[in-house]
Amino acid sequence: MIEKQRVYPYIPNSDPGTREAMLRETGVRSVEELLKDIPDALRMKGKMNLPEALPAEADLKRHVEGILARNITAEECLSFLGAGCYNHHVPAAVDEIIGRSEFLTAYAGEPYEDHGRFQALFEYQSMMAELLDFEVCNVPTYDGSQAAGTSLRMASRITKRGKVLLAGNMNPDRLRVVRTYLDPVLVYEKISWSQETGLIDLDDLGSRLSSDVAAVYFENPSYLGGIEYRGEEIAGMAHEAGALLVVGVDPSSLGVIQPPSRYGADIACGDIQPLGIHMNYGGGGGGFISTKGDPVFVEEYPSRLFGIAPTSEGEWGFGDVAWERTSFANRETAKEFVGTHAALWGIAAAVYLASMGPKGMADLGEVIIQRSLYARKVMNSLPGVSTERLSNVCFKEFVADFSGTGKTVAWINSELLKRGIFGGKDLSGDFPELGQSALYCVTEKVSRQDIDRLVSVLEEIIG
Amino acid sequence: MTDKTRPFHQMRWNEPIIYQKSVPGQRGILIPEVEDEIRTLVGDGISSIPDTVRRRDLPNLPEMGQPQVVRHFNHLSQENLGADSNIDIGQGTCTMKHSPKINEIFARSPKLADLHPLQDTSTVQGILEIFFRVGELFREISGLDCCSLQPGGGTHGVLALASIVKAWHRDRGEDEKRDEVITTLFSHPADAAVPKVKGYKVIILPPDEEGQPDLDAFKSAVSDRTAAIFFTNPEDTGIFNSRIREFTDLAHEFGALCCYDQANANGLLGIARAREAGFDISFFNLHKTFSSPHGCGGPATGLVMADRRLAGYLPVPVVKRHEDSGLYYLDWNLPKSCGKVKEFFGVAPVVVRAYAWIMALGADGLEEASRTAVLNNNYFMKKMLQIRGCSLSYPNHPARIEQARYSWEKMKDDTGFGTGDVQRRIADFGTHYWASHEPWVIPEPFTIEPSESYSKEDIDEYLDIMARISRECYEDPETIRNAPHNSTVHHIDHDYFDDPGKWAITWREYNRKYDGYFNRR
Repeated sequence: MIEKQRVYPYIPNSDPGTREAMLRETGVRSVEELLKDIPDALRMKGKMNLPEALPAEADLKRHVEGILARNITAEECLSFLGAGCYNHHVPAAVDEIIGRSEFLTAYAGEPYEDHGRFQALFEYQSMMAELLDFEVCNVPTYDGSQAAGTSLRMASRITKRGKVLLAGNMNPDRLRVVRTYLDPVLVYEKISWSQETGLIDLDDLGSRLSSDVAAVYFENPSYLGGIEYRGEEIAGMAHEAGALLVVGVDPSSLGVIQPPSRYGADIACGDIQPLGIHMNYGGGGGGFISTKGDPVFVEEYPSRLFGIAPTSEGEWGFGDVAWERTSFANRETAKEFVGTHAALWGIAAAVYLASMGPKGMADLGEVIIQRSLYARKVMNSLPGVSTERLSNVCFKEFVADFSGTGKTVAWINSELLKRGIFGGKDLSGDFPELGQSALYCVTEKVSRQDIDRLVSVLEEIIG
Repeated sequence: MTDKTRPFHQMRWNEPIIYQKSVPGQRGILIPEVEDEIRTLVGDGISSIPDTVRRRDLPNLPEMGQPQVVRHFNHLSQENLGADSNIDIGQGTCTMKHSPKINEIFARSPKLADLHPLQDTSTVQGILEIFFRVGELFREISGLDCCSLQPGGGTHGVLALASIVKAWHRDRGEDEKRDEVITTLFSHPADAAVPKVKGYKVIILPPDEEGQPDLDAFKSAVSDRTAAIFFTNPEDTGIFNSRIREFTDLAHEFGALCCYDQANANGLLGIARAREAGFDISFFNLHKTFSSPHGCGGPATGLVMADRRLAGYLPVPVVKRHEDSGLYYLDWNLPKSCGKVKEFFGVAPVVVRAYAWIMALGADGLEEASRTAVLNNNYFMKKMLQIRGCSLSYPNHPARIEQARYSWEKMKDDTGFGTGDVQRRIADFGTHYWASHEPWVIPEPFTIEPSESYSKEDIDEYLDIMARISRECYEDPETIRNAPHNSTVHHIDHDYFDDPGKWAITWREYNRKYDGYFNRR
């Protein structure tokens, strides 16, 4: 079982002639001699029982594409799903750039031979900071949930306090992840939210604020779609109690909605997936954390932060700022941890933001809000359907309550699916207080015709 | 032997910062226009935004036409090497290898890219099948029983493991007592950093004289306070810890769980597994051993495999298959689950690439990959040690698995040049070289990992580059001192990264601090 005769295209030295020459020059008779440190008892007995290989590329292609063909995509249907992952248009230029092998296949090169990725990610940080009106942004974390969890831990380290207050209307999937990051070092309490407005209850927030609260966290727009307009008031309350304000924000809204920095947030965080990254079945996430330039904040980031520096010949040079913070430099005394996260998505977002420009982001926000307003309006005219159960002003998502139809969201969605439509995310599991409600998402890709089709199909289903 | 080093110059575009290329009024892409009927019905939309949060200014983003955007980022990509363009064996521990091109076709397929994670499972049977099949393949690869694909990287895999450990001991009422984790100095830094985040006190075992984790130190460290051990094996010295079973057995005697960091498993496929070594949980980096490209640092996957006793503690949801219908589904019903580490279910394009890579090779091919990686490493080592000024850590232990940590200590003593100098100079030859994880321990270290993707000729060329740089250190100090010469940029002033008064993390911060080219305001 030692040296096999098959030659593998991915393994050039598998050819027997080369193999012989290398063994000879290494001074051994077989690879076995090089493995003698591994005791017999630990050696695998026999061969792994894996399916038969598909060494010919043509066979592999047929096999894998055959499996993938069983998927039905959001492009092949009409999708109103959002809830943390968004079907925005991905500019072709983005796919072109991040598909370039110089970026795709690079890893942790140094600023001398991988200058390009340092500059591209420095530019990513720079554009994100402008969008967020802050001075610092990190190289992406795994996703918006890690960004939120880490932002809260940063706030805890800065304030030296151990409790955080989380908006009761936050994204439940994100909450599950944030809890992993808080546990067991930080405790949290949920701020209750109003079932009339869909926004958090400021009286409840006030009663929970105390000298042990490190941070207040809410999302804007909220998971239920509403735009929080009392940011300044919330920031005032948090700051008066000595806590920081951390706001999770949808970056696609920032052409038309104020960034959290403008209403007093200390840390803004979120996910860059809406900025030119395919949904990838939820694998397109990349987290951002953004703050002012105060070194007290900078020193608490666990992430890579690429900075700019002069070179001996007057070029733009780049490198890691405050490396000693990171777990690469200081294992168990680091600020949390850093590793391989989502850098390529950061480059994607850089190409996206440079393509969009200031006007593009404003246009995007405007068309989204117009079309979602339209959808909310026309859906509300359906018998038994209310999109006004929550009175909040929305950006791209809103709650549609189907309770009045006597049907469940699950049933309605299965009927929609039969007609080629992915209905909104069923909220009855995570938010039972909303009855049979669904979260509908309208991006710039959903046209008036699409919305009218949804309405006419719903009309038919609900009868 | 003829010197294979070649005259090289990396692309040098002197590319301006993107903001310097902005021309007011230009557009890179247009957004769909809203329909007249909608405008008539809802107006401009933005007036509905409450005044307190309506943004009335435009964000300061660059304004560029599409050709200029594409050219700018193409220039930046050309100023980056990537594994496709270089003999990337100098990034030890990271298993740089070829990412087959056919796998990119799969990863970028609309059949994958355009799936929403909350779609009805009847519409995502293809991707769920691949997730499920990958779990099945890894049962054989690891010897363990159940799988989670959620973690978005190796360090994230450690977080999942540490979270599972916590959930397990909590369930047994032992979490309060078990507040310690034991790892080793040559394990990945994450094995120390991440358990700390989960509230554990971390004990780090030093290497013994042979470079193996010190068993006596372990015996005095392990106790009923030990929640888990987090070990890499082989460590980044490339030395296989042949007594690993003594460590795992002893840890089990004290009721601890044994966690295996197999981020890099490239020397062991089909040869030695987590199960036989006594580990309860392990994670594998699909972007390392299993060929998904590294993307300048992610997206990635740290696939978790666990013993069946730990099945209920995995992150939710897990992918399962209905026995009767054969349909795949997401199982959220794990009441003892450690929770979630990532949004949704995992990084699907990375999982699909790994699946395709394993299927192309099969059991024989995986083993061939590992055996070749081991041979490549030992071949390289034999030749590298003939180069002046270079030595091997723990020289009494000659054979290594898939990588080795070397030292330029002698060259540093002889010439004053060490590993950082080699790193600067090697950029002049169109390749890359990394020192080693910190703390260095071995003076002036570097870690080389010539995975199975590199041919004998590739390895010989890299060796010639190393030999030439060593020669220059001894004979031509000026060349080294002023390196790099043929790179995209010249010597970078590192004071600008550690001094808060000087650093600038964004272009905005740069413009607040500086005018022109680094003139202080």
